[in-house]
Amino acid sequence: MRTQTEAPVAEPRHVGSGDAGVALDGVAKAFGDVQALAGVSLRAEPRETVAVVGPSGCGKSTLLELVCGLLEADAGSVRSAPAALMPQRDGLLPWLSALDNAGLALRVAGASRAQARAQASEPFAAFGLAGFERARPAELSGGMRQRVAFLRTLLAGRPVLCLDEPFGALDALTRTQLQRWLAGALAREPRTVLLVTHDVEEAVLLADRIVLLSPRPGRVVGELEIALPRPRERTDRRVVELREHALQALGVA
Amino acid sequence: MAAALIVLAGLAGWEALVRAGAVDALLLPAPSEVASALWNDRELLAPDLAVTTQEVLVGLLAAVAVGAALGVGMHASRALRSALRPLVIGSQAVPVPVIAPLLILVLGFGLAPKVLLVALVCFFPVTINLYDGLRRVDADSRKLLRSFDASRWQAFRLLEAPAALPAAFTGLKVAAAVSVIGAVFAEWAGSDAGLGHALLTANGQLETARAFAATLLLFLLAVALYAVFALLERRVVRWR
Repeated sequence: MRTQTEAPVAEPRHVGSGDAGVALDGVAKAFGDVQALAGVSLRAEPRETVAVVGPSGCGKSTLLELVCGLLEADAGSVRSAPAALMPQRDGLLPWLSALDNAGLALRVAGASRAQARAQASEPFAAFGLAGFERARPAELSGGMRQRVAFLRTLLAGRPVLCLDEPFGALDALTRTQLQRWLAGALAREPRTVLLVTHDVEEAVLLADRIVLLSPRPGRVVGELEIALPRPRERTDRRVVELREHALQALGVA
Repeated sequence: MAAALIVLAGLAGWEALVRAGAVDALLLPAPSEVASALWNDRELLAPDLAVTTQEVLVGLLAAVAVGAALGVGMHASRALRSALRPLVIGSQAVPVPVIAPLLILVLGFGLAPKVLLVALVCFFPVTINLYDGLRRVDADSRKLLRSFDASRWQAFRLLEAPAALPAAFTGLKVAAAVSVIGAVFAEWAGSDAGLGHALLTANGQLETARAFAATLLLFLLAVALYAVFALLERRVVRWR
């Protein structure tokens, strides 16, 4: 399954020797005349959470699609262990129940409907979703939908998770709750995570490292190590300082 | 309730106009006359209704089978799409009253030309709506399935087919509504039974009320078929 390959190739690119990390070197991608990414290099070590922060339209989503093998880079190399994508809007299928949505990747991997349900139901309950197995996405709150979508991503069983603004569409209160919840879920089941967000505070709260991107065409303008113990509080002085620091590096503050 | 009142008011106005002598009763019979023709000629019209219903049902079935196959085929293969699209669209430019007599000449007076014409009228909305439904799948969901390394068939079964169901049902409902047109034209071109045939005979005999009664039955047939698909849609597409 794991082969060492250089982009561009059709198959999802895997890093060799049991690595579960992500390595991008000088990656460029254009859509027609629009240069989305211009020479982006970044690395995520195994079990590291790397937040990618930048203004809207700086190519953050493109970056994740490259890592997931959904797009080919025009230049540079993309190497990654198999990655699962959690798209910006939750992408839940409206005709499937919450439980069937959570187990979608298992079905794609060849499990029967019953097998997928059996395998998904235990973590489903652990995610605080018990009682909503048969509910359709339209009947779920925004926070629950995101939890189902995250569980679906997790159950894909890939070492790398690509989360595209997972909480962008939520109200502030739910967002805060889910940020705490995600920190807990990742502490219990560590993965290599690329977290795309435009919320600097979210990045400081969740990530081990923050990569700052410039406005389009996106390029790396800075990196911040977040060596703070978990759980982190938004009111913590060090969190506030790092947030301001990041905003300054982005030229906002 | 309001709808029933509007229909009743329309019928009452129509009745009053005819009775007052504003229109020639031979050209436009009063609703009461149509109703009594429907009742008095029931033994004449019932076999015609059965014949036309059979033509429409078999024709619709053929249209759904062929239309669905074309819609999926055009979605799945670029070559099929390029080859079939002009033919599918062009098929709807064929004037049904013109080719109906030709089909009768080739296929005879039986069921075959009727089924073929019903299918010709009905497959188009099925194909086009299904094809559009399959294409308009949410881009994020597509990416999701691809990120799970779903095969072409899995993407179709788990994502595209269910996503296209609402559009497919729209196609079926349109097909149901227009299906009787094909049957009537085919019967006009050559037949010895059916509501279209009854319509033609009644016109020739200046039995206007019976002609209207036959038209009413065609109307009810189309509405009933539409209702069947609408009901089916409500049972199948439950997430809307």
